[in-house]
Amino acid sequence: MNTQTNAIPESPRVSQVTAPAAIPATRRMYWSVQRELWESRSIYIAPLAVAALTLVGHLIATIGRAMSVTNLPQRGAILEEHYSFAEFAIMGTTFVVAVFYCLDALHGERRDRSILFWKSLPVSDLTTVLSKAAIPLVVLPLLTFAITVLTQLIMLLMSAAVLLGSGLSAATLWTQLSLPQAWLMLLYHLVTVHALWYAPIFGWLLLVSAWARRAPVLWAAVPLFAIALVEKIAFNTTHFAAMLGNRMGGGAEAVMAPGSSPMDPMTHLTPGHFLSSAGLWIGLAMAAVFLAAAVRLRRYQGPI
Amino acid sequence: MACIEARGLRKAFGATVALDGVNLRVEEGRILGLIGPNGAGKTTALNAILGLTPYQGELKVLERDPWSERDQLMRDVCFIADVAVLPRWARVSHLLDYVAGVHPRFDRAKAEGFLAKTTIRRGSRVRELSKGMVTQLHLALVMAIDARLLVLDEPTLGLDILYRKQFYDSLLNDYFDRNRTIVVATHQVEEIEHVLTDVMFIDRGRIVFDRSMEEVESRYLEVMVRPEQAAAARALKPMHQRQAIGGSVLLFDGVDRQQLAALGDVRTPGIADLFVAVMGNQPGQAQGAAQ
Repeated sequence: MNTQTNAIPESPRVSQVTAPAAIPATRRMYWSVQRELWESRSIYIAPLAVAALTLVGHLIATIGRAMSVTNLPQRGAILEEHYSFAEFAIMGTTFVVAVFYCLDALHGERRDRSILFWKSLPVSDLTTVLSKAAIPLVVLPLLTFAITVLTQLIMLLMSAAVLLGSGLSAATLWTQLSLPQAWLMLLYHLVTVHALWYAPIFGWLLLVSAWARRAPVLWAAVPLFAIALVEKIAFNTTHFAAMLGNRMGGGAEAVMAPGSSPMDPMTHLTPGHFLSSAGLWIGLAMAAVFLAAAVRLRRYQGPI
Repeated sequence: MACIEARGLRKAFGATVALDGVNLRVEEGRILGLIGPNGAGKTTALNAILGLTPYQGELKVLERDPWSERDQLMRDVCFIADVAVLPRWARVSHLLDYVAGVHPRFDRAKAEGFLAKTTIRRGSRVRELSKGMVTQLHLALVMAIDARLLVLDEPTLGLDILYRKQFYDSLLNDYFDRNRTIVVATHQVEEIEHVLTDVMFIDRGRIVFDRSMEEVESRYLEVMVRPEQAAAARALKPMHQRQAIGGSVLLFDGVDRQQLAALGDVRTPGIADLFVAVMGNQPGQAQGAAQ
């Protein structure tokens, strides 16, 4: 590198050229994701708060309602309700958090001008956008899983403690609940639906947040309504609306094999069927296009 | 080697031309002041240099193309683009961790050392700090980065005089050395002129004045002319004339010092006066010219 032949005795230039100029891309990514967690604490506070509320509710139900029922199977049924409720409540919360996070992710840094600071550091727009996309696509699903499992374990321990000696042991509950199987289902659901199937939704929201100068919520929703409306008026069809509905609804027919028995949850795990559905791949391709556009936009955007 | 080299740099926002064929060359180890009125194109020029905005024309910063290689360029370039761009939600410790995590040339101990001289606490959030403290914090982060080029765009705007003075003092004493280059754009000419090695005036997207401070000192002289000498002084074609208490002050370019000494007190003009003189002589801006 240093091909200059002029004999300047000072050496700092050499040390600067040979200084450790490389930080691995994974480390930049790690700190960029960490930065998002510092900034948006609702990513973990919101699901933890919902989990805590569920536990309080469960404790009251265990002490009050379940203890007053003497019939053991009935008592078990009351306690079992809460496990899937906890799961849905935490999952719903993290989905809402993901939506609002994405809408603000590339808008907030322009609004508060901090984009000028972030851009003064050797982190590419690609790394930045990917680190932000990793929150709804990786961090939140994993966090949902971890918090749900933890919540359900605490619920089980609570029940066991309260019901100690009443004839309904934790072991019985454990067998009845078949939690490991439920957890496998949950993980499968989170990966297929929340990460992969919803990827284009999050990609779209990130793109809008990189583009909109104000009110990203409106810009995210209005064009979709407009397309659906124009389609309805012009062709009297509702394909676009149906497609959106299918995407938001979690693409049930893509994720689960048609005709699978709801009584046996393990038949829902049909990754082969899921991976071969066109909807998944079209969605992922759209997500990639949206994210690429967001990367490009961030390059051009400054403070607003 | 040139640190920054631009040829025919152009940038237009719709019909507004922000940079109209800028040619400039900044050598390594210089401290350049980029001075111009509002809307002259200072910030646009700096944004182009920092890879924050696309442009037409040729531009190389440390032999890189800033627009296509911003992230690599930022290993060697630092900038403070404005006061208060640090994220308000961040804690001081977050910023130290993050910059240490992503910047290969950041010396955390050095940053901690600079912060130890201030009243900024590690656990504070940026939004809890005063404007002056935010600037101190940003400067501490930037000075701990072993960069080759530092770009400052109005870094002290809105700060009180103590912080402004301290800012440039620490920059000179704790940061600058012959291997670094600093480019400062500002309105507040008086407080930076003693630190500059070069000065450039920019007006309506063009560089209208580009001299080293040695050149400025050897070429430009200001004379407080006594009224009876006024005619003789005007014959020497001053580039600018202004009224002061006790006579008029005439600014000359390249006139012999001895010759001027006969007319009155001779001194080197301040950058601000030179700026007014140069701008007044720009076509289409006669209102600032001698009266």
